[in-house]
Amino acid sequence: MAVAASRRGISSRARENLAGWLFVAPVVVILSVFMLLPILMALWVSMTDWNGQGSPFKASVPFVGAENYTRLFTEDGLTRQDFMTSLRNNVYYVIIVVPCQTLLALGLAMIVNNRLLRGKSFFRAAFFFPSVTSSVAISVVFLFVFANSGAVNSLLSVFGIDGPQWFSDSRGTLHLLLSGLGLVDVDAPPAALLATGPFGLSWWDWLSGPSVAMTTIIMLVVWTTSGTFMLMFLAALQDIPVTLEEAAKLDGAGNRGVFRYVTLPMLKPTLFLVLTLGLISTWQVFDQIYVMSQGNPAKTTLTPAFLSYQTAFRSFEYGSGTAISFVLFAIIVVLTLIQRWVMRDRKV
Amino acid sequence: MKRSTLRNAAVLSAASATLLTAAACGSGFEEPGAAPASQAPASAGPADLQILIGSSGEAETGAVNAAASAWATKTGDKATVTPAQDLGQQLGQAFAGDSPPDVFYVDASRFADYASVGALEPYGDKISNPTDFYQSLRDTFTYDGKYYCAPKDFSTLALVINSDLWAKGGLTDADVPTTWEQLTAVSEKLKAKDITALALGDTRDRVGAFMVGAGGWIVSADGKTATADSPENLTALSYVQGLMKDKYAQTPKQLDAGWAGEAFGKGKAAMTVEGNWIKGAMTNDFPDVKYTVHEMPAGPKGKGTLSFTNCWGISAKSKFKEQAVSFVEAMTTVEQQMAFAQAFGVMPSRQSAKDAYTAAFPDDAPFVNGADYAHGPVNAPKMDSVLADFDTGIQQLASIDPKTLLARVQKNTTAALGN
Repeated sequence: MAVAASRRGISSRARENLAGWLFVAPVVVILSVFMLLPILMALWVSMTDWNGQGSPFKASVPFVGAENYTRLFTEDGLTRQDFMTSLRNNVYYVIIVVPCQTLLALGLAMIVNNRLLRGKSFFRAAFFFPSVTSSVAISVVFLFVFANSGAVNSLLSVFGIDGPQWFSDSRGTLHLLLSGLGLVDVDAPPAALLATGPFGLSWWDWLSGPSVAMTTIIMLVVWTTSGTFMLMFLAALQDIPVTLEEAAKLDGAGNRGVFRYVTLPMLKPTLFLVLTLGLISTWQVFDQIYVMSQGNPAKTTLTPAFLSYQTAFRSFEYGSGTAISFVLFAIIVVLTLIQRWVMRDRKV
Repeated sequence: MKRSTLRNAAVLSAASATLLTAAACGSGFEEPGAAPASQAPASAGPADLQILIGSSGEAETGAVNAAASAWATKTGDKATVTPAQDLGQQLGQAFAGDSPPDVFYVDASRFADYASVGALEPYGDKISNPTDFYQSLRDTFTYDGKYYCAPKDFSTLALVINSDLWAKGGLTDADVPTTWEQLTAVSEKLKAKDITALALGDTRDRVGAFMVGAGGWIVSADGKTATADSPENLTALSYVQGLMKDKYAQTPKQLDAGWAGEAFGKGKAAMTVEGNWIKGAMTNDFPDVKYTVHEMPAGPKGKGTLSFTNCWGISAKSKFKEQAVSFVEAMTTVEQQMAFAQAFGVMPSRQSAKDAYTAAFPDDAPFVNGADYAHGPVNAPKMDSVLADFDTGIQQLASIDPKTLLARVQKNTTAALGN
């Protein structure tokens, strides 16, 4: 065999390889032209002071090295302050949205998967509906729903609650919570927290929690994304053999036991997928911010993705803008790796 | 087996999704741009001008279209007018893609950004009788000592008073405030009658008028040094803060309105500080509300207001600069400016059109008179984020120390101008 192959000058393995590459060539070409190349170009822009005039690859474009990056972290100024504010906002956003949407999606999937439920397809469609609607359209609807005299505040006033001015309320919910508990005074925050803090933002600012305006966007996103993830959970749930559950029940496991020791472990790969996708999409939140708040009020809905757009296309600081997007990229990769490590299969 | 496939899929999709975003963020340099200019060689023959406008509505688009085709017929050139969805972004992309439109609106607040990167052709003095344009507008479009582009039209802020609420507060025409002290005094009287005195937008574009009245501004006249923490600015902000703390002045949000004009139209405040665009809003949305317009009350250093304006920018890369200048010339004649004024209610930027304008719109005299003491927007590059941060501070003015706020603006402005 080997002799025959070498006589033809090329081994069968190499031929297989060649054929393989030929088959994937279109994708490789498309990916490199439309993804890899633009990314490398953006990487170059992030190391220049390009002002958006003409090509960024001319000799006249000043090269500044890592300055755009260091300005985000080490230089005391507006750039760092805005970037850190956007990171803070997004961290709170991720911390709330990812668990909420995952739990909601899992809950919905369990309900729809229930064998006793009637009108299953209706509920499945109803829960999935927000996910297939354009995010811009839904955002606009939420603008109306949460307007000062909108549906939500009308509903609240039925119960005698004076609803907040959702989209113009920049107060942090954690601040409100702490002052509600009588721990701090929002108008006169503790000096110890105000005085210092990492990266030019005081501890008091870091600990603000999502602003009231941000919570509306959080609600919107949890609601719209849980449908997609419900579908993933549903597929995984229907993949679990009924015999496994029955066997567990025969062995004396209750409903809770079956869920904890049979269903959940079987769902682990899907859970990982949902958490990863959730983590990525929440770090990249843009459409909702662009349509609903543009970073206002008082920068409390500013996110790195929106800040990157704003810096590049509104202030013409393309270098700084692309640097922000690369830092965001790094954050997402690192967090995904950490998550992968946490959820790895442990050998008992 | 299945587990690891899924995991791989997850990681792969993670990677590709992020890469996509990064690529999206970096887009805009190889794109032809939203308004591709004609790439005809700069040879003889008729020009094909691409004109990108940030239109306020159909009335404006129609009027500019009509004027453009009249010019085209007269000169034998071609002119294509495109109303932009998002002028700033479309221009940014077009510049980056090396294919900007020949003529386009340039907002005064963004002018310095464009001028500083060399995107604009400094043709200002080629327009006939250039000193006829109001000096404050010429200053607005001057960068580094060069007068770049001809102001299209302008608006100023003035004090607008609701006649019915004014009477209800027991006030007469003689009580119309001409100084800050009088403004406080009438506010007190209105407050006593349970009427909110003033609806004031909480941005630099309204509060800034008080800074001008106090003799201050964010940057020096040449736009090279930061002057935000001057005592004049402190006087202005402290005065506005006082109005807010005493509940004399309320922000549109506090009055449950989108902007001060809406709050004013709904009768939620007796006065407001707005520009001449409020006329259109009142006619369309609140036709029954009677109101009068007066010049801004004078501060310690005299009257002060802000002007808002656009200029006819010509791209430095245009292949038809001569024709473009001729086009702008046609757009800025007194007759044409009056035609625009009739069509969509803007004020002519030429002083020689002032009489014709005040004759046609006598109620607008306070707005036009404002041109004499108006200050244009900050015309220094890279100030966008600094000013946005200043706005954030003004939104919290009721609860923060004006001195701290001005110090913050000073620090940021110094950093931005130092670049």
